[in-house]
Amino acid sequence: MESIALEGTPKTPTVNMDGATGIVEIKGRSIPENSIEFYRPLVEWLEEYSKEPQQITTVNIQLEYFNTSSSKCILDVFKKLEAIKKARNEVIINWYYEEDDEDMLEAGEDYESIIRIPFKMIEVVD
Amino acid sequence: MSFNIDERYSKMNQGEVLLAYKGSITAELITNVLGVVESKLDHVIDRSITKKKIYNILVESLQNLYHHVDDLPYMVNESMDIHFGIFVISKMDESYVIRTGNFIRNDKIKKLTERLDKIKSLTRDELKELYKFVLNNQKFSDKGGGGLGLIDIARRTGGGVDYEFDNYDNDYSFFSFKITIEN
Repeated sequence: MESIALEGTPKTPTVNMDGATGIVEIKGRSIPENSIEFYRPLVEWLEEYSKEPQQITTVNIQLEYFNTSSSKCILDVFKKLEAIKKARNEVIINWYYEEDDEDMLEAGEDYESIIRIPFKMIEVVD
Repeated sequence: MSFNIDERYSKMNQGEVLLAYKGSITAELITNVLGVVESKLDHVIDRSITKKKIYNILVESLQNLYHHVDDLPYMVNESMDIHFGIFVISKMDESYVIRTGNFIRNDKIKKLTERLDKIKSLTRDELKELYKFVLNNQKFSDKGGGGLGLIDIARRTGGGVDYEFDNYDNDYSFFSFKITIEN
């Protein structure tokens, strides 16, 4: 399957989704007014990928900011990953947050408690 | 008593004003404002976490404004910009204050008041649970969803939100929203 590679913009994150390596990355800012449009192809890609996933899927989320419009879409991404894990594949989720950014750490914990895949919380020190 | 938009605007311009705006609220405007405020914050605040918090809340409050402005009928006020709204970002003592204002149809006031009063009454943990519940259970539209923006703002500020409504005419009122971010 084709991979996704999107450059970040002031309102949307850098995205890399590679079916050959099973690595999914979302980095930067996610603050578009309408997030559904931006995330739809990503969720569809995961849907397709979930039919034949790699043994290990590694997900790196490193967001500086995200708005509540994105938060639901990000949950949709996680729900697709949850389905991949339920089908007995390994899914590793790395949630990066800036040193002392309690809000971002808590946001990761919120998702973790909803989707029930353990997150690896990684504090990024400058 | 009649509501005067200019009086309201000058009342909102309190403290050390970083940016104040009155006019059409468009997506492009918000993008520009966020850029300007971000570089301004870089100059006035050293702590990256405080900067982030203010920026996050600003994104949420301006996008809320963008999505929820009600337009007055043209007959009522033909001089008013379309999608009219106000916002002011200022520093008062050690806190940062974001104020937004927009017209709202009177029939929406009851629901919004109930929602805001509920959010204001909740503890930090209750806000967290409500946020997760709405995130996981509510259907979202292109506009966002279920008041998640307001919950998020209350969470990040520890309930530091306030509001008032000024009656404009039989159909409309002006909604003023104030967010206080302790430094």
